Amino acid sequence: MKKSASLIVEELAPKKFGIKGQLWVVFLCVVIVLALYAYYQQFTKGLIITGMRDYALWGVYISNFVFFVAISLVGSLVTAVLRLSGATWSTPITRIAEVIAVAAIMMGGLTIIIDMGRPDRIANIFMYGRLQSPIIWDVLVISTYLLISLLLLYYPLLPDFAILKKHFNNRPKLSKWYNKFSLHWTGSKTQFKIYNKSIQTLSVLIIPVAFGIHTVTAWLFSTTYRPGWDSTNFGPYFIAGAFVAGSGAVVAIMYVLRRAYKLEDYITDKHFDYMGKLLVLLCLVYLYFNVNEYLVPAYKRTQEESAHLSDLFTGDYSLMFWLAIGVGLVLPILVLIFKKGRKPLPLFIIGLIVVIGAWWKRYIIVTPTLLHTFVPMEGVPESWHEYWPTSLEWMVTFGTLAGALLIMTILFRYLPIIPIHETIEENEERETV
Amino acid sequence: MEDKIKQNRRDFLRKGAQFGLVATAGGVMLTQYFSEPANAATNEDMIELLTTDGEVVLVPKSQVEEHHNESAYNPREGFPDKKFVMVVDLAKCKNARKCQEACNKGHYITGENAWLKVYKMQENVETAPYWMPTQCQHCDKPPCVKVCPVDATFKRKDGIVLIDNERCIGCRFCMAACPYSVRIFNWEEPEQFELNMEQEEAKYTPDYCGKPSVKGTVDKCDFCPHETKKGNLPFCVDACPNNVFSFGDMYEDAVTNGSGETFKLSELLKERGAHRYMESLGTEPSVYYLPPVDRTDAFEAGLENYTPTQSVFRTPEE
Repeated sequence: MKKSASLIVEELAPKKFGIKGQLWVVFLCVVIVLALYAYYQQFTKGLIITGMRDYALWGVYISNFVFFVAISLVGSLVTAVLRLSGATWSTPITRIAEVIAVAAIMMGGLTIIIDMGRPDRIANIFMYGRLQSPIIWDVLVISTYLLISLLLLYYPLLPDFAILKKHFNNRPKLSKWYNKFSLHWTGSKTQFKIYNKSIQTLSVLIIPVAFGIHTVTAWLFSTTYRPGWDSTNFGPYFIAGAFVAGSGAVVAIMYVLRRAYKLEDYITDKHFDYMGKLLVLLCLVYLYFNVNEYLVPAYKRTQEESAHLSDLFTGDYSLMFWLAIGVGLVLPILVLIFKKGRKPLPLFIIGLIVVIGAWWKRYIIVTPTLLHTFVPMEGVPESWHEYWPTSLEWMVTFGTLAGALLIMTILFRYLPIIPIHETIEENEERETV
Repeated sequence: MEDKIKQNRRDFLRKGAQFGLVATAGGVMLTQYFSEPANAATNEDMIELLTTDGEVVLVPKSQVEEHHNESAYNPREGFPDKKFVMVVDLAKCKNARKCQEACNKGHYITGENAWLKVYKMQENVETAPYWMPTQCQHCDKPPCVKVCPVDATFKRKDGIVLIDNERCIGCRFCMAACPYSVRIFNWEEPEQFELNMEQEEAKYTPDYCGKPSVKGTVDKCDFCPHETKKGNLPFCVDACPNNVFSFGDMYEDAVTNGSGETFKLSELLKERGAHRYMESLGTEPSVYYLPPVDRTDAFEAGLENYTPTQSVFRTPEE
């Protein structure tokens, strides 16, 4: 790949939506408007419009929240872990990962508010917050993670904004905005020194925070006595699963962006191959944690655990459970260990499967547990013994997913998907070698 | 003699908080009195006090300090010198459901939201089934209080766990944390009966749960401090026709049932082999259960009222 710097800028500068892009945005907006309608119903009538009741007291909102937090972890994996381990091949996908992280964590935070019975009292969390409660840990660590993720998205953009300011000279309004966001970046030696140091520091900082955010999310469940949640394995199990989900999302989205923006020269088959290898490794680690999570209680079979596991293995949730394990986890491993399976198209399909499987996996972690109480379920209508989301609940849930996709779409519209400055730099280095 | 003591105790309990407070304060002062015999004046006014052993003793008035904690009562703090406790006699329960009815009525709640439930229990097929009334266990190590992010559910000095429905954000973490599944959520605007003037005029206070219930927040059994304040027993204790429930103060070592009989708590627990529900979890409940042995009625007597998939009743008239 020998390209002049100006050609690289030309190819990587943000472009206007085509007709497909516009339709996509309209579609997302429609889904969001429907969700707003459904949420208005919930806000006025109460959570009664959901399928949740006193036993199934958490439902799809909470599992969706866990999914968002999980997906967001990929930002730290690709930008921080791979950067610090010197895997320079990941440069072209760092921004994709970081945008996914920011969008997911924003919608994750919103989703938890959607689940609240009294969202109007959100200020109480700050006025009366108790540090003993895992929810407060979650609030603290999620806001910290969002802040670091935003910075880790923003800092590497500074030289790119300066480049784009020049590039869009013919469009003064856009140029002015890029200029503002570039914070008068000149590319001086001092600036680069601070720039590199900041990114390096943030990359180190985000790793413990990323572990914190998902460990605390796991603790929301494992600090209770409930069968299926009462597990010391839960923190690492959630983190392992989160990396799988996030990597799946990166793979799927990089395929779409590569096709939509014709980025074949930048996101090459090699990148898919490497991401495929990374994904198979992560899937294997997650499979190991799943074995621990289900096999140990299945061996002991205490009363409550046994009822819960029967529900998963052979009962109401068995189809979902085996699809999530078989198709969502084992199948990707089987496909991705072959080189052909790591080609862009098969990997894209696997990525989608992984993301959908990850979403259902969280549903299976959150909902069946609550239907296995320690006391008999009596004195309530029969329908309270089960849980399935209502259509309004689905509308809100899809709205949050569309919201995350819309944030990503807008960011990909105005930010260079591939870091321009770093690409030029690496290109020059390669030529001089 | 024993009856007389019982009578004494009953009067004592009936007189309510004030006398109780004096007695506790007196207990503290007594040690001081005995340790300083030289100070005891012989011609001073004496006052009668009841010790925890059930004996009436005479103490000089000057040695007794009267605490007017009634005025200092704060719904979040509770009674600082009380520790409420309940004993549920499983041998007497025949699922009459009067407890539940009275509780719902007294707290203006409807069936599905019942805080008190009588479960049909059976450990395994070989053992006999029995009826088990269950409500908030008012744990000394409450898992619900531990997880509450905003201090909306709290533990008082007198052992009662309450919910501040004006602060609760409706996250339902407490419900997930409670192994006894005693917490209910107001999924919609609660359908409450007897919304009379008394209730509408009443200022909200967390020590009278259900008055009113608040949409989007959690409710549960409040151990009726609103009744104890008046010298009454909790609704369920009072309503039970079979004397299943006894309620009292652990510091006084006495519990009273619906018929007004008072028992020495420590003896009752020891003699009857009491246990607490899910003791192994370490939640340390304030509710003790007496085992279903030597039952007063056959288990089958309760089947008539056994409606596992029905809420109790919507209004008291039904």
